[in-house]
Amino acid sequence: MPDQLIFAMEVFLNGLMAGVLYALVALGFVLIYKASGIFNYAQGVMALFAAMTLVGIMNGQVPFAHLINATFGTHVYTFGWTVPAFLAIILTMGVMVLLAWAVQRFVMRHLVGQEPIILFMATIGLAYFLEGVADLMWGSEIKTLDVGLPQGINTWLDEVTFEIFGYGFFIDNLDIFASIIAALLVAALVAFSQYTKQGRAMRAVADDHQAALSVGISLNFIWIMVWSVAGFVALVAGIVWGTKSGVQFSLSLIALKALPVLMLGGFTSIPGAIVGGLIIGVGEKLFEFAVGPLVGGATENWFAYVLALIFLVFRPQGLFGEKIIERV
Amino acid sequence: MLDASDDGYVTEDGRKIGGVVMEMKNITLRFGGVVAIKDISFDIREGEIRAIIGPNGAGKSSMLNVISGFYIPQEGEVWFHGAKRPPMKPYEVARQGIARTFQNIALFEGMSVLDNVMTGRLNFMKTNILQQAIWRGKAEAEEVENREAVEKIIDFLEIQHIRKTPVARLPYGLKKRVELARALAAEPKLLLLDEPMAGMNVEEKEDMSRFILDVNDEFGTTIALIEHDMGVVMDLSDRVVVMDYGKKIGDGTPDEVRNNQEVIDAYLGVSHD
Repeated sequence: MPDQLIFAMEVFLNGLMAGVLYALVALGFVLIYKASGIFNYAQGVMALFAAMTLVGIMNGQVPFAHLINATFGTHVYTFGWTVPAFLAIILTMGVMVLLAWAVQRFVMRHLVGQEPIILFMATIGLAYFLEGVADLMWGSEIKTLDVGLPQGINTWLDEVTFEIFGYGFFIDNLDIFASIIAALLVAALVAFSQYTKQGRAMRAVADDHQAALSVGISLNFIWIMVWSVAGFVALVAGIVWGTKSGVQFSLSLIALKALPVLMLGGFTSIPGAIVGGLIIGVGEKLFEFAVGPLVGGATENWFAYVLALIFLVFRPQGLFGEKIIERV
Repeated sequence: MLDASDDGYVTEDGRKIGGVVMEMKNITLRFGGVVAIKDISFDIREGEIRAIIGPNGAGKSSMLNVISGFYIPQEGEVWFHGAKRPPMKPYEVARQGIARTFQNIALFEGMSVLDNVMTGRLNFMKTNILQQAIWRGKAEAEEVENREAVEKIIDFLEIQHIRKTPVARLPYGLKKRVELARALAAEPKLLLLDEPMAGMNVEEKEDMSRFILDVNDEFGTTIALIEHDMGVVMDLSDRVVVMDYGKKIGDGTPDEVRNNQEVIDAYLGVSHD
């Protein structure tokens, strides 16, 4: 087998893994958009907030330590204990549910029936507010996150591919685990929305508000639930990305990477988010591999957006989005 | 208010009608300067088919929306099962046992017929999110039990053949029937139908009339329906409220209403002062 093809295969695999991570972030957007028509700009910051909260709880940090010390002249920074990862994840999930409730109670409830652009603006405000709160609560320094996910080269794959091709593939264990986690997450979300009564109510609200009200569904409750589920997805994304590249402000920018994924997959489709993520991941890695050297590299920065632009021209609803039909 | 001495009447075809289920007292509804409903009172009795009719723009749909909680009237009281109802959200009204259909059909288009009708059972499903996540045991038993109830209604309305079809693919007449099925699945104490026959051809209208009568007969469901087509309503209903320009101009049996001069004027278009 020619070397180029073998390299391309490795790039393809790495692209799939990167795509899974993009898909994870895009999923959070799709959930909220489907159920309430809100494009939640704060999804990326929610991932950052979740990751910071998780690190903070694990390290036994005192929330708002700087604020407390400045106000009362004390010097408390930590509780002096550490919390095991599993328990910390559950506690963080509790915080995300609380956040969902607060967003619904103090922001979204007052904006019911407003124009989509106003709801969008509200989520931009929410993003900056949440970012500030996260800094104030846990401090703005870069933190490492280690919940025990395996990291480093997968030696088994390295050896197997070396035997077959005479060249060992470099695949990160973390990426493999992220893919498994993402697959489980999607399976759980699909099972939840298809087979449980809350899932059915969620789909009903996504479809028709009036009809949902007429069968006794409380929109408020469903929206809190949806924001909680999106918070859970943000937590998972935050754990994976945070483990990979550290918990820092740039984590919130992964939201921008999710945009082209959504344009490809459609804003309303869960499978679309997955397939879109994979296409973008594989596409940008292969493009960089094949075309990058010819144009001086760094194509990964723009490839996804150009691909999305092309899609917008020819299929604005995305691969799996609901068909846009205009009646005259 | 429930009048103890007044415990119902017997219809021409011999059905026994019970006490007052719902009473509207001096309802006035305004949108800004426009008065949609002006000081209207009437009652709905247990087991009867009660129609609200009137020309286009008479305020019929507004009245239905007041009953189902989508509009809150500025003045007047709504009494349900002998108790005054505080201002409520539509979903709270639904949970009290008032189900409805919509004039322009409000179904969950992306879901199958079966799933649509199952949403009508949501109020009978009491398991919480954790139990649902575990699924085995309580949640599963609950699903099976409610599924049985839904299958009965699907059989009753003769829509077995489209159980798994996504609603978006159905023709208009069948969609109306699915919407009726969803409302029935809630086992409502009061069923509100907003123009159940609108936009239907003669055959579909006959089908729908038959189903409404069957529902009333089989389950004893109290039904309030809106129509602007006089003919259909007169054959169907036990008592009729006639509205015109937001006011009540007639109330009684179909025969009484038919001979009411004001009603005749409204339908033939006599000028208003």
